[in-house]
Amino acid sequence: MSLKPMEKTRPDQATAKLENKEALEELRNSLQVMSREKGKRLISLCAGSGCGAYGTAKVHKALIAELAKHGIQDDVEVKLSGCHGFCEKGPILVIHPEGIFYPQVKEDHIPDIVEETIKNGNLVKSLVFKDPASKQKISHEHDVPFYKLQKRIIFGNNGLIDPTSIEDYISVGGYSALEKALFDMTPGDIIDQVKKSGLRGRGGGGFPTGIKWATCARHAGDRYVICNADEGDPGAYMDRSLLEGNPHSVLEGMIIGAIAVGSHEGYVYVRHEYPLAVKNFSFALKNARRLGLLGENILGSGFDYDIHISRGGGAFVCGESTALMASLEGNPGRPRAKYIHTVEKGFRENPSLLNNVETWANVPVIINKGADWFASIGTEGSKGTKIFSLVGKVVNTGLVEVPMGTSLRTIIYDIGGGIPKKKKFKAVQTGGPSGGCIPEQFLDMGVDFDELTQVGSMMGSGGMIVMDQDTCMVDVARYFLDFLKEESCGQCNPCREGIKHMLQVLTDICAGDGKEGDIELLEEIGDMVAKASLCGLGTSAPNPVLTTIRYFRDEYEAHIRDKKCPAGVCKPLFYYEIDAEKCTGCTLCARKCPEQAISGEKKKVHRLDREKCIKCGICYDGCKFDAIVVK
Amino acid sequence: MENIATIDWDEIDRIIEKYDASREALLMIMQDISDMYNYVPPEVIPVLVEKLGVRKSLVYSVATFYKTISLEPRGKYIVNVCTGTACHVRGADKIMDALQDHLHIKEGETTDDLLFTLEAVRCIGCCASGPVITVNQETHGGLDRATAVKTIKGYNENVS
Repeated sequence: MSLKPMEKTRPDQATAKLENKEALEELRNSLQVMSREKGKRLISLCAGSGCGAYGTAKVHKALIAELAKHGIQDDVEVKLSGCHGFCEKGPILVIHPEGIFYPQVKEDHIPDIVEETIKNGNLVKSLVFKDPASKQKISHEHDVPFYKLQKRIIFGNNGLIDPTSIEDYISVGGYSALEKALFDMTPGDIIDQVKKSGLRGRGGGGFPTGIKWATCARHAGDRYVICNADEGDPGAYMDRSLLEGNPHSVLEGMIIGAIAVGSHEGYVYVRHEYPLAVKNFSFALKNARRLGLLGENILGSGFDYDIHISRGGGAFVCGESTALMASLEGNPGRPRAKYIHTVEKGFRENPSLLNNVETWANVPVIINKGADWFASIGTEGSKGTKIFSLVGKVVNTGLVEVPMGTSLRTIIYDIGGGIPKKKKFKAVQTGGPSGGCIPEQFLDMGVDFDELTQVGSMMGSGGMIVMDQDTCMVDVARYFLDFLKEESCGQCNPCREGIKHMLQVLTDICAGDGKEGDIELLEEIGDMVAKASLCGLGTSAPNPVLTTIRYFRDEYEAHIRDKKCPAGVCKPLFYYEIDAEKCTGCTLCARKCPEQAISGEKKKVHRLDREKCIKCGICYDGCKFDAIVVK
Repeated sequence: MENIATIDWDEIDRIIEKYDASREALLMIMQDISDMYNYVPPEVIPVLVEKLGVRKSLVYSVATFYKTISLEPRGKYIVNVCTGTACHVRGADKIMDALQDHLHIKEGETTDDLLFTLEAVRCIGCCASGPVITVNQETHGGLDRATAVKTIKGYNENVS
């Protein structure tokens, strides 16, 4: 489903270069007046990659055709917006000004929506969202529990603007922070504000952003301001959604960063796997140059700054700062030891300021609303909000922005709606392959940089993968090490060999060949890899193994001693059985089994032939009576 | 299979020019070439060496380091099964199994008719829609074994 940016020039896009800040303010005012005067209906249809995977393009086409059929195409504006965050229920359609919320819209729903809601002002009852937790019907976006408990200071504009329109961004207040930074503040003021705000890097380590900026500004050379959009943690996609849905907020942050440290050239290093992000960001650069907000003499201030886009090649290690810069220079992305930090000598041996996408998007907010306002949100050591991608075994998957310090329970149960199919929560994995698995006992912990580190995990870029009783923690550890084995650049022995050996031990355990002493061996190798590896990939690689051992040692022991996988994941270590008490003889499993391993008459207890069973799990997933059990 | 006769050298030149024949753009140039042919034909390597003024070893080093570059011909449709964590816990391995069975190839291989290449990708950021596959630049979400196979069949009705 490729969604092309709308390249046609709209009447409000014919603006020439803005020569000064007054011209920008004038443009903003006229855009705001124009949108008030229009006062017409606006249909916002999510065109993020998540909704796109569910078919936004088809829905959009049907909607345009239907409006034309009724001859009302000029009275209703259709906006292909950025990600709304509630990706589970995509494609999402919201009708403004009321905020009527229709999830999971298909093309054949469109005639009803246009006829009933747009023309007659009634709700299409069959399409109204039903909250899975309360079973209540909720018709307006702001009442949906998933949104209600969030604080969307970074992500909130995504659903309101067309990411390909710079005018949309300007009309909601965009580039006013840039204006302030250029004309009302000195570079030192900007750095002070960022320092005072307490903002910490959203990409992984959580280093204080203001200190990084100040250090970079101190070192002489051709400074570069770079955006790390190599979002590699599997299960985290907030950066992609920001680049796709609100690229100008990231761009504005970068320009402000460039003013602060005195840089005139920058890069965005973005994953090749994110084609829509590349497209929308390229378009944003083009439009910002058109209006004189990027390039030479920005807004007539005399300040020059421009940005290039560089696409990564699918290497996880390139999210590491020195590897990223090696890759920008056209080399394989291998990290180097950081005796000298990249803020002193980075890209082309020059001082380089690298922050990730979400960090940059926080900057305009801080400049606009002030450091004190920003620092009033969050916890002692972690300020502001954080976007989490809440995924895995949770009812409402999607992107969730909450103040730092919000408890895991609030995020997973109140916003996320809990675990589907009444299954039991087992763990939540944060921090990607460098993070760890957090068990139930910490559900009331407030999530921030320090708390997560305390329990052996980390913030990472904000992936939050919920796991239930059917997830095997040994298999999860094996999965992450398999990932890291592939992604290790291979330069240093501890990482290359250590990960390989830990993976071998885990693979054996999962295959039923685990031995006494394996757990201790894993701990020993893990300790060595963490201490001796060259870069962050290696030093954090043992985390998934060590945290699962720490909190789920019994599962490891079940694999090794009893040769059992309690979750029913490791195929050699379990079998399926039919619970005679629960089986109603509905025949569903027998019909679905690809190996004809299940037999039985209607309304009589079925039998499962273990010789024929390939443990594909179709019967287990499909049984409505929980009559298939893992043994 | 592609051969030297079918390479559009003018287009290759245009790509190199677009990046000012910059050595730093080596990966980007190879990615653009890859977008045309689904792989980087080894015949273009001497041209890159000459125009970018780099060593042949650097070209091979970059080409083999990054996953998005292949020096072997790949299928018309590159099927990427997302094996990110969210897709993994929702059964990505089952999707991979089903597609391997259906296409009669293993992960990393290409069908004999050069139609499909089956690969695993570590997260494409559509975690809420998992398990997900991409076919070239199109994304298909919310799959199970049956719908995954059906999706692939949709790309070529002749492939059974």
